[in-house]
Amino acid sequence: MEDYSVLIGGQAGDGIRQVGTLVARLFSSLGYRIYYWDDYPSLIRGGHNFGLIRACETHIQAYRESVDIVVALNEETAKKHQWRLRQGGMLIYDEDVFKAEGCGLRLTSMVKDAGGKPVMRNVAALGAIARSLGIEWDVLEGVIKTAVRKEPELNLKIARTSFDAACMPEFKVERLSAPALPLIQGNEAIALGAARAGLKLYVAYPMTPSSSILHFLAANEEELGLVTYHPENEIAAVIAAVGGAYAGARTMVGSAGGGFALMVEGVSLCGQSEMPVVFAVSQRPGPSTGVPTYTTQGDLSFVLSAGHGEFLRLVLAPGDPDEAFLLTGLAMNMAWKYQIPTFVLTDKNLSESTYSFKSKGDEVTREEGLIWDGKGEYKRYRKSEGGVSPLAFPGTKGIVVKGTSYEHDEAGITVEDPEGISSMQDKRLGKRVALLEDLERMDTVKVHGDVKAKTALLTWGSTKGACIETAESLGLKVIQPTVLEPFPVASIEKALEGVEKLIGVENNATAQLAGLLRCHGIRVDETILQYDGRPFSVDGLKKRVEEVTA
Amino acid sequence: MSELSLSTYAENTWCKGCGNFGILSAIGDAIKGLEAEGIPLERFAIASGIGCHAKIVDYINVNSFYSLHGRVLPTITGIKLANKDLKVIGFAGDGDAYGEGIAHLIAAAKRNIDVTMVIHNNRVYGLTTGQFTPTSPVGFKGRSTPRGSIEQPLNPLELMLAAGATFVARGYTTRTDHLVDLMRQAILHHGFAFIDVLQPCFTFFNTYKYYNKRVYEIDGHDTSDIEAARRLALEWRDREDDKIPIGVFYKVEKPTFDDGMLRGGMVLSGDTEVPDIGKFTNLGSGTDL
Repeated sequence: MEDYSVLIGGQAGDGIRQVGTLVARLFSSLGYRIYYWDDYPSLIRGGHNFGLIRACETHIQAYRESVDIVVALNEETAKKHQWRLRQGGMLIYDEDVFKAEGCGLRLTSMVKDAGGKPVMRNVAALGAIARSLGIEWDVLEGVIKTAVRKEPELNLKIARTSFDAACMPEFKVERLSAPALPLIQGNEAIALGAARAGLKLYVAYPMTPSSSILHFLAANEEELGLVTYHPENEIAAVIAAVGGAYAGARTMVGSAGGGFALMVEGVSLCGQSEMPVVFAVSQRPGPSTGVPTYTTQGDLSFVLSAGHGEFLRLVLAPGDPDEAFLLTGLAMNMAWKYQIPTFVLTDKNLSESTYSFKSKGDEVTREEGLIWDGKGEYKRYRKSEGGVSPLAFPGTKGIVVKGTSYEHDEAGITVEDPEGISSMQDKRLGKRVALLEDLERMDTVKVHGDVKAKTALLTWGSTKGACIETAESLGLKVIQPTVLEPFPVASIEKALEGVEKLIGVENNATAQLAGLLRCHGIRVDETILQYDGRPFSVDGLKKRVEEVTA
Repeated sequence: MSELSLSTYAENTWCKGCGNFGILSAIGDAIKGLEAEGIPLERFAIASGIGCHAKIVDYINVNSFYSLHGRVLPTITGIKLANKDLKVIGFAGDGDAYGEGIAHLIAAAKRNIDVTMVIHNNRVYGLTTGQFTPTSPVGFKGRSTPRGSIEQPLNPLELMLAAGATFVARGYTTRTDHLVDLMRQAILHHGFAFIDVLQPCFTFFNTYKYYNKRVYEIDGHDTSDIEAARRLALEWRDREDDKIPIGVFYKVEKPTFDDGMLRGGMVLSGDTEVPDIGKFTNLGSGTDL
């Protein structure tokens, strides 16, 4: 099977992310499916950044430990990653910077001689990578011409110089017959899913790894017909989103765990006032500041229970950009259908890794909620069968719309009497019945791999990529719930039919999904956990699964 | 409030003699007056925080959102961004706006969002039964400061002038006609309009006598002169002989946040348009290097 991995590393400021994207595009244009992990510490200059690009014939969504090419723009990269080179792999490095065994090229000099800026070493590296992979010049030229907007001629000149000087190819990357797919990061897919479901106001305070939702939407707000707002803090973000929803605009907020912690009073406010707001929460290792630019699945329990009081919520956990696109659309539409807070729980790995994207874009569309028909007296919290009150917004002629954080009567006036309190709580919680019926008709628990296998890996979110590949190579089943609240117990039990051994695989230290299953009386036999800030590699996970299944 | 149509069936639970009645009456009259001048009632939306002041939303029959403590400004910011055609008015107490939510107040003034913010400044927490607030005088003996507050009180007008508010005023609950006029001007002001209202708390901090002795209405002041406004704001500093000016301290026109954000007139509320995202899912879109 055609399966290549390239690692390129240097300091922050060396343009690693950009050249990683170009390498991914190079492969993608030849029909390969891409997974690209962008590894960087929390700093602006210096440090050690690297990108690990994997290109494969099949739709992979995880990386392998061994790579075919390591490109080192500094010595640290060579020292840290040379061990990854497989037998016959190649180290390409900047000979002007350090000496090593492998394919040394004078990348700094090439850029200087061509009159380029120092950062253009990354394009010089790209030329060498293409050549070493046996990729034709015209393919590389095509990628640079479509993807590089600033000084394309100069970049082409530099790439050509290094392409010609590079070591003879050790590989011959064949063009595949499959059509090329677009490349996307999880956060972009979240943004697009929300936009397609009618998002009009996105409010967020920057926090890695959620910030690129804000950046993407801000950069494209006119194209997408929406407004982005970066307020003074996360509390302002969530409350403005609630105010916007009250006034009739579809709103979403986004943050990482720490910023979401500040938003929690707003979650509860959505619960009481029945305001639909979508929360995109991207996990990074905690507690507290933790490790800002790395990955985890440590906030599941937090998101499931965030907010005081008892109220209905929907928590969705996509595992790749296609799921992120569809589920964010669902989160928006369901928020408005049931007038509840909904959550898209992602992580650094999904949010910022680059993947091949299969969706066309029209799979998600805006679905209208229950809108007031204009007849009779309007009451914002009218009790009705199913608990959903018809929506109307301030500005509607002849009516008054009262939203509130207090317990209230149907009109939204404060109440404190026993019957008033319990009947409104019943109304709100009663919406769960119809929500569950909706969810039963959906694919809330995905099954991958050998569906008849007696051993299954239980996983969620971006860990699915490594699990699926591991399961395919070992003949196992993978069970991946994408809805985590209301928890789809029946669908999980159905997926578990014939399974004798269930192994939980999670990117956290306390097996939070396994714990959730145990709360519902479902046994999880083993857990394989990784909480070093890095996603599972396929080889690493396979080894650990073999240990517990031997 | 003279017109019955603006009141609701909610039972009013403010103490007898509470300054909040003056604010309720003034906003009712201001809204009714503006309605008579052609602004339909449904185009008003009000919001409150948490505290005695906040019950005002239950007592006025207009669109409202009963928000959280300290969070009135983000609430009305969201409402205004969703529907710029609404006249949006926020109500908050001094604990609410100057304590819990002070970051939002400063940010809203800085942005010059086109909303009105009315502060029920009674210099005490009423609903939580008598603790000191950011505007309580030094030595105030509240239940959390039994030996007397050791903190200097905040000067809200000085703060709002520094933060960039484009309409800064002070009112007094017993001067109802004056307060109605302030509210009317504030609502019609295109930009962030701030009114600090001296509101005696009859139960926990009865300041009627104190204010009646000192309050005077500003006359002959140039409201476009920020230095003069600052001098006026500094007149009252809790010294024995200080007088307390009420009226408009400052008023200027500047570009508003909502006009800028909404790119000249988008109405997000009820916008059902779904974008074509083909540009992003098709191949060949570029990336900057």
